[in-house]
Amino acid sequence: MALRTPLYQQHLSLGAKVVEFGGWDMPLQYPEGILNEHIANRKVCSIFDCSHMGEFIIEGGADETGLDRVVTQPLMDQPVGSCRYGFALNERGGVIDDLIVYRIAPKKWMVVVNAANIAKDAEQFRTCLKRPAAFKDVSMSTAKLDVQGPLSREVLKTLVKGIECLEYYTFGEFDVLGERVIVSRTGYTGELGYEIYYPWDKAARVWEAVLADKRVRPTGLGVRDVLRVEVCYPLYGHELTEDISPLQAGLKRFVDPAKEFIGRDAYKCLETGGPSTKLACFVSKTRRAPRQGHVLFSASGEAAGHVVSGTFSPALGVGIGMGFLKKEFTNIGKEIIFGDAKFKEPAELVPRPFYKEGTLKN
Amino acid sequence: MEIIEHYLYTKEHEWISIEDNIGTVGITDYAQSALGDITYVELPGVDKEVEQFEQLLSVESVKSASDIFSPISGKIIEVNEDLADDPSILNRYCYDKGWIVKVEISDSDETSNLLTGDEYRNYLESLDRNDGGESTEE
Repeated sequence: MALRTPLYQQHLSLGAKVVEFGGWDMPLQYPEGILNEHIANRKVCSIFDCSHMGEFIIEGGADETGLDRVVTQPLMDQPVGSCRYGFALNERGGVIDDLIVYRIAPKKWMVVVNAANIAKDAEQFRTCLKRPAAFKDVSMSTAKLDVQGPLSREVLKTLVKGIECLEYYTFGEFDVLGERVIVSRTGYTGELGYEIYYPWDKAARVWEAVLADKRVRPTGLGVRDVLRVEVCYPLYGHELTEDISPLQAGLKRFVDPAKEFIGRDAYKCLETGGPSTKLACFVSKTRRAPRQGHVLFSASGEAAGHVVSGTFSPALGVGIGMGFLKKEFTNIGKEIIFGDAKFKEPAELVPRPFYKEGTLKN
Repeated sequence: MEIIEHYLYTKEHEWISIEDNIGTVGITDYAQSALGDITYVELPGVDKEVEQFEQLLSVESVKSASDIFSPISGKIIEVNEDLADDPSILNRYCYDKGWIVKVEISDSDETSNLLTGDEYRNYLESLDRNDGGESTEE
């Protein structure tokens, strides 16, 4: 049976359509529907239950524990109170997971990982850390609520006193309904937003408190995927897998090849030769959406790659997608074709992101 | 779920209303609700011949694509062009303004393979009892 977050009953009573995702029963959408949830997030404010995601606490210096070797971003110079997005790679340079590292104190860290990867990530950290005792998986005691949207700061300012001081990709410890917890200015929608880490069994009261503000709508994983595709954020299992390098996914700015990390030799080798396929973004000429598994063809009909993510974009009013293409076909502006055995649809390669009006850094 | 008593239905949640050998076809309230916000309708060509229970067209919601099947055999004589520009009509008015195609019926005996309004209601209740069961969603 799938796992349930501490807000499962809340989702049911709101009338959510619940689906299994990464081993969890999660709300796909609420009765207002994905298009309305999209507007709520992009124009006002919405809340996601992301308690399924994983959190690890690591105590000790980045160097002495070996933590620095597990992730692709430099941690030694990371300021306390900041977040860094990066990857844990396998020896082949493929992605075990994408993650965010929080530096809580000079010698204390939180690492946030994908729900479906918690077990293998924990295994990787336990194996690679020089002091395994310094590692603690707190996923099942830590709920995560994402409050996102242009009004999220306004909505949270009474619940999280002092939240106005948080810059993009930083965090602080705040008193929220009697608990001292981490709140970060991070998210997965391209809008201004915050993530609240809260004790599992008390998370419902934060959920209720945020939703008591009638401007806020609950939003599910369905719209979350639409929102992240519109701003070209990768989703593990789609743009990133054990067989894909961050180089191919166009994410090399989150890898520092000058530092030591697991998978670095393979990464540098691929960097020298250049990957033969690259992630490309494309816009359908119609409302028809590309879907994972569709084939990508060149304008002349030659097989050129495959789609890994796709959706109808409410912001653009057309289908949008991302896929891996042989690099000779990846020039911006080029026409490509997506489809399957039943249909072919023309599309155009465009620069990222699809949606450029996000309030992320406001 | 709204059901129009005098329409006929399929187990795949299409409806047909027949007048003078012309069948008007659409999807049911149950189908549009299960699909969620409909964002694209692939309209078939006029004059196309269709067979009963074979794929008629596909519709897409934000997160999925689904096939719609023809309740009857015949020739398509009209398609609802309004759906191309505003697929949400299917969500809002599935039994009237949201009709999809009109078919000139080639074999009216085939209606015996369809469900009456009452039978369709019972069928939906049986799906509910089985907690899901058949659905047009992929």
